[in-house]
Amino acid sequence: MIEFENASYSYTGGELLSDVSLSVSSGAFYFITGPSGSGKTTFLKMCYGALIPNSGGIRLFDYDVRQMSRDEIALARRKIGVIHQDCQFLDHMSVTDNITLPLAVSGQDRLSDNMNLKELLSWVGLKGRADALPPELSGGERQRAALARAVIMSPDIILADEPTGNIDWEMSQRLLQLLVELNKMGKTVLLASHDLSLIRLAKSQVQARVLRIANKRIQLAGSNL
Amino acid sequence: MIFFYKKIGGLISGDLQRDRVVPPTGYTASLTTFTSAAMAFMAVFAIALSIAASRLSDHWSAALARSSTLRISAPAPQMERQLNLAIAILNSTPGIKSAQVISLEEQRTLLEPWFGPDVPIENLPMPRLINIDENSSGYDGQSLRLRLIADVPGAILDDHTKWRRPLVTAAQRLWVLGLFSIVLMAATSAAMITLAARAAMSANSQVISVLRLIGAQDNYIAAAFVRRFTFRTFTGASLGSAFGAASVYFFPSQKVHLSIFTGLGFQGAEWLWLLLVPPLMGIVAFIATQRSASRVLRGLS
Repeated sequence: MIEFENASYSYTGGELLSDVSLSVSSGAFYFITGPSGSGKTTFLKMCYGALIPNSGGIRLFDYDVRQMSRDEIALARRKIGVIHQDCQFLDHMSVTDNITLPLAVSGQDRLSDNMNLKELLSWVGLKGRADALPPELSGGERQRAALARAVIMSPDIILADEPTGNIDWEMSQRLLQLLVELNKMGKTVLLASHDLSLIRLAKSQVQARVLRIANKRIQLAGSNL
Repeated sequence: MIFFYKKIGGLISGDLQRDRVVPPTGYTASLTTFTSAAMAFMAVFAIALSIAASRLSDHWSAALARSSTLRISAPAPQMERQLNLAIAILNSTPGIKSAQVISLEEQRTLLEPWFGPDVPIENLPMPRLINIDENSSGYDGQSLRLRLIADVPGAILDDHTKWRRPLVTAAQRLWVLGLFSIVLMAATSAAMITLAARAAMSANSQVISVLRLIGAQDNYIAAAFVRRFTFRTFTGASLGSAFGAASVYFFPSQKVHLSIFTGLGFQGAEWLWLLLVPPLMGIVAFIATQRSASRVLRGLS
């Protein structure tokens, strides 16, 4: 699905990630952990083609991202659901319109047969907030709306960048539960978080691989988190 | 060209709600509508000026081309004889419909603006004038002059060419100036809309970022802005054209268009020209926003 081959990324301030080699397997659950500023967000952005490596390569669904046009990357993104810590919405549109926006963007006028909008809203706990505007939502509600938007196209991969950063522990558990459910449906999940207690909780529910970013490199973490 | 038609087609068809992703408010909305309304209003006057100039040019050309003047200078005792001879020659000349001696009373009226009403014209050595009306085929001026030289030596034929040419040239230049003004207004509109579109895209960088995150291709994002700006411009231009049309309609005019001021307006089917203003402004907005959006999106990659 996503393959890193000695990929490095540097910015004007210096190198952020160095020599990353990794193959993201289908249906796996990955935790990416590391201290703030270690490069977790950079790694996830490279996973969906928002950042292109300066050296080495990344293959996204068997295509070399360096050879892909902006429109080809956009098409690939439709197979990847992304949730950010500061999840952004179109504030003038309702929660429902925001969640279904990926369908409009991809030219689909309705949900797939096995997906129902009411069920989706109910699944993420936003059934009563369908007509609310994003600024009216709480932090937890925003994260769940972002999750609903991320999965509405039934993507192969879910990327979550510190999704629990702005919400309380109870809501974090609920969000994690939803991600675990998605993984059990066969979706690949990459969750970046510095919250080790969340990772410990997840490991009790799902077989997750933990990747640790340190010194600009990614390594498989041991079991003693 | 096919690409352009496809783009226009995409604007009309496809996801009709596409422009909803762009927030409906913001100062660029009123700026675009106001600018296009103002430009359309001025475009209506430029069109009216061009049409009036063209009409006046035709009117002057036709009126002056169909008539000529024969001036006869002769001593008083011979004047009547020369007039009769000239009339006889003119009446026998092919292409001349009628020839009439302008009476002294009419000559006095013609001179009144310069000499006042009480000028004793009978006592002045004034030349006499014969007004010549041509038929549609016109006459051969060269052979008429030769015949007049032989029989009426004091006669000078003036076919109004020296008067007609500068008037027609002036009217034609005015027509070109009107067209140039319209092109200039379209260019100014394009520049303003480009600036407004760029400002709107900068102000809505979050919208672009969200759309890219969920897999929107550049043409989808660009079309959202293009559609919004095209319809705003079309709306503004429709309002401006309507106000312009009303202003021209109530502009004082005369049936006989003697000057550019009294002839400014539209007649009959000429009003239909105004229907072209909003769609043309829309096309200008479409092209300007499309180019601007493509550039901005390329820069954001």
